[in-house]
Amino acid sequence: MHRLSMRGIRKTFRGTVALDGVDFSVASGEVHALVGENGAGKSTLMKVLSGAMGADDGLMELEGSPYRPRNAHDARQAGVAMIYQELSLANHLSVQENIMLGVEPTSRGFIQRQKERQRTEEALAQLGHADISPDARVGSLSVASRQIVEIARALATGCRVLVLDEPTSSLSLHDTERLFIIVHRLREQGHAIIYISHFIEEVKRVAENFTVLRDGRTVGGGRTDEYSVDDIVSLMIGRQIEQLYPRSQRIPGEALLEVQNLAGIPKPHTASFTLHRGEILGIAGLIGAGRTELLRALFGLAPIRSGSVKLAVYSGPASPQERWNQGAGFLSEDRSGEGLAVSLNITDNIMMNLRKEAGPLGLLFPSRHDAISSQWIARLGIRCWGPRQSVRDLSGGNQQKVAISRLLHQDVDILLLDEPTRGIDVGSKSQIYELINQLATGDQGTGHKPKGILMVSSYLPELLGMCDRIAVMHRGVLSPPRPVHEWDAQTLMLEAMGQGMAT
Amino acid sequence: MGCPNADAGGNGTGDGNVSNPEIRLSPIPESRRTWRGALNRFAPALGLVMVFGLFAALGPPSFSSSHNLETIARQTAIVGIAALGMTLVIILGGIDLSVGSIVALGTVVIAGSLQAGVNPVVAALAGIVVGAACGLVNGFLITRLRVVPFIVTLGTLLVVRGAAKGFAHEQKIDAPLTWLNELLAALSPEQSWRLAPAGVWIMGVLALLVAVMLYYTKLGRHIFAIGSNEQTARLCGVAVNRVKVIVYTISAGFAGMAGLMQFSRLTVGDPTVAVGLELDVIAAVVIGGGSLSGGEGSILGSIVGALIMTVIRSGCSQMGLPNWVQEIVTGSIIVVAVALDRLRSRMHAGA
Repeated sequence: MHRLSMRGIRKTFRGTVALDGVDFSVASGEVHALVGENGAGKSTLMKVLSGAMGADDGLMELEGSPYRPRNAHDARQAGVAMIYQELSLANHLSVQENIMLGVEPTSRGFIQRQKERQRTEEALAQLGHADISPDARVGSLSVASRQIVEIARALATGCRVLVLDEPTSSLSLHDTERLFIIVHRLREQGHAIIYISHFIEEVKRVAENFTVLRDGRTVGGGRTDEYSVDDIVSLMIGRQIEQLYPRSQRIPGEALLEVQNLAGIPKPHTASFTLHRGEILGIAGLIGAGRTELLRALFGLAPIRSGSVKLAVYSGPASPQERWNQGAGFLSEDRSGEGLAVSLNITDNIMMNLRKEAGPLGLLFPSRHDAISSQWIARLGIRCWGPRQSVRDLSGGNQQKVAISRLLHQDVDILLLDEPTRGIDVGSKSQIYELINQLATGDQGTGHKPKGILMVSSYLPELLGMCDRIAVMHRGVLSPPRPVHEWDAQTLMLEAMGQGMAT
Repeated sequence: MGCPNADAGGNGTGDGNVSNPEIRLSPIPESRRTWRGALNRFAPALGLVMVFGLFAALGPPSFSSSHNLETIARQTAIVGIAALGMTLVIILGGIDLSVGSIVALGTVVIAGSLQAGVNPVVAALAGIVVGAACGLVNGFLITRLRVVPFIVTLGTLLVVRGAAKGFAHEQKIDAPLTWLNELLAALSPEQSWRLAPAGVWIMGVLALLVAVMLYYTKLGRHIFAIGSNEQTARLCGVAVNRVKVIVYTISAGFAGMAGLMQFSRLTVGDPTVAVGLELDVIAAVVIGGGSLSGGEGSILGSIVGALIMTVIRSGCSQMGLPNWVQEIVTGSIIVVAVALDRLRSRMHAGA
């Protein structure tokens, strides 16, 4: 008996078919993964499910009776709860106020705090997280705890189908494990859970069944234990990926970046390493360990307390402006918050530095800039209608390519990449991996020198697949880098949690 | 996934060869977008034509006379010139509430200088420089103390107004008549070949210069970048604080220039003049498409916004409508203009 079933869902936008007869169902006590590339129709399908959009055709049934939400409120009332990547909590209110928001029990117009407290505690206990105080302000909680609050809110409102959209994309390994335990509990309690993720390894762990969408159609599915990761990825992209992580022959050259006992405020406590031309140095670690802070301190976006930085021939701290001039570029992990000005167009974003573009009298020539950015659009395969398209309208993968184009346009020697593939689809990922590999390898033919790449990532397969050496950050302390063949996922994770051999 | 890239991506997913990331540029379904872009750009101008047409049809024939057109242009100059600076501030994502007070201080400084026997050119420059200095202070307070612009300029609104009153000993300062008073004077019949008095031409030339600065120089590009996303600008090595100080200084300099125009009309220095002028100026920028959250706005739009407000004022008074009607109409126009703008951008995003 299905808790929720969707049959033959169709949706078109201005003649473009976004959903072309999708079938999808989930039973109670089932975790069902929905996978597909960006643009495959997952979000549209979920918008139809959550009432944000009406389908053109098709049937939805919730517990055997027809389900036709006209808006998000309808869907919530019917018991369909969505947990999105960007959490929708009121940061200034308490945990209890958030969980009971909109369903406050009242008596003669007064809120019954006692009852609220009871229901809040029940919901948190149901998730096994009675440790979260109902009185804590949500803004003071970690991202992981906020997510738990959001799930608790769904439970408190009596949800029957819970949708988790990329729930682990901003979680550390440890918090991801906690989330898996919660998902497991909810399944045991008989909830129906739809799990959307880019991480196929994760899908295989957490879900029993999966459905693959491609180009708005259901192209396959089944039990996760009967398919390998490669099988599922092949279904998603409709072709074989021989090698997701390309690795050309890289020859390390001279030292580009030498860091000695670097300490920032408040993190990292100490970091020492040398980055050479023609190598990819990876930095693993839990979220909050100080990896991002290390990159920011190197790039002049965060203060340095002590230690030395030598970048090519320049030593000492520097502002971001000086770092660009010295040949370093930084790719932010926070694409829409910091990496890109999303309301501006592609050209403006690629050219934002404007270090060398001004013509006579300091005047700029927008058409010339468009021509340059068109070259980057073509070179990186950015899908858009032209250089003047607003970055907001691009998919995550294409946005990331714009952000990378900025570094390439400045032709920097040192690339500081913070989570370069976070939240983007497999197709774009493999293109970005290919690009990073090319940059690290260089090209004798065109005379492009290899670059030095420092890459922070929370995704271990990516680090193991791409890097030449990997260092691990644990509580602000960076371990000495070691060649990639001395690591595997297990040892990296142990090291990140402070139980490795180096400590 | 937003629907906007769904149509670009419909043909794409499968055709990229993984080992070779070169992908064709997708064909450009641009016609509709440029059409819409043009509509967005000229919406304020369209609004001006509609408002003008309405009064021309309903009002007395004198409304569309060349004499009245000149009057409208003259009356727009003060708000229009101040709006040039405010446009920059608003694109930057800031706000400047001290404009009205700076205008008043400007008239006082100019009148005081003239009274002291200073050359008119020097007196005019003094007004502008004193105004710019106020802006420099605004800029430094905003960037060094990290207090939000609303609060800083609310403070300087009072400080500058107080300074103007103190400087003038709380009374009007009479000044000898000079050619400065002709900047916004009505043209005599034999001057009609000039089409409009010098002040209006100055506004036009300044508008052109600022527009060129905004679209064709690094400073202008950086103003847009900061307003759109300050973090990104900082990451890209834009000297964010320097740009902010420059913009507030320019804005207040234009307020000083508006003070010159105000003085030209008053012929005296009046520390109590232009109370609340900053709200008219902000309204002009907003009607012209400026967004208070930054990153959007245009010089042409702001000038058109200032014109719309003058046209309403002029039209209402020529039709004999009382002052309170003008205020209600102007207020409604501001809200409707911004609501339409939001609607347009929602349609743009959702389509």
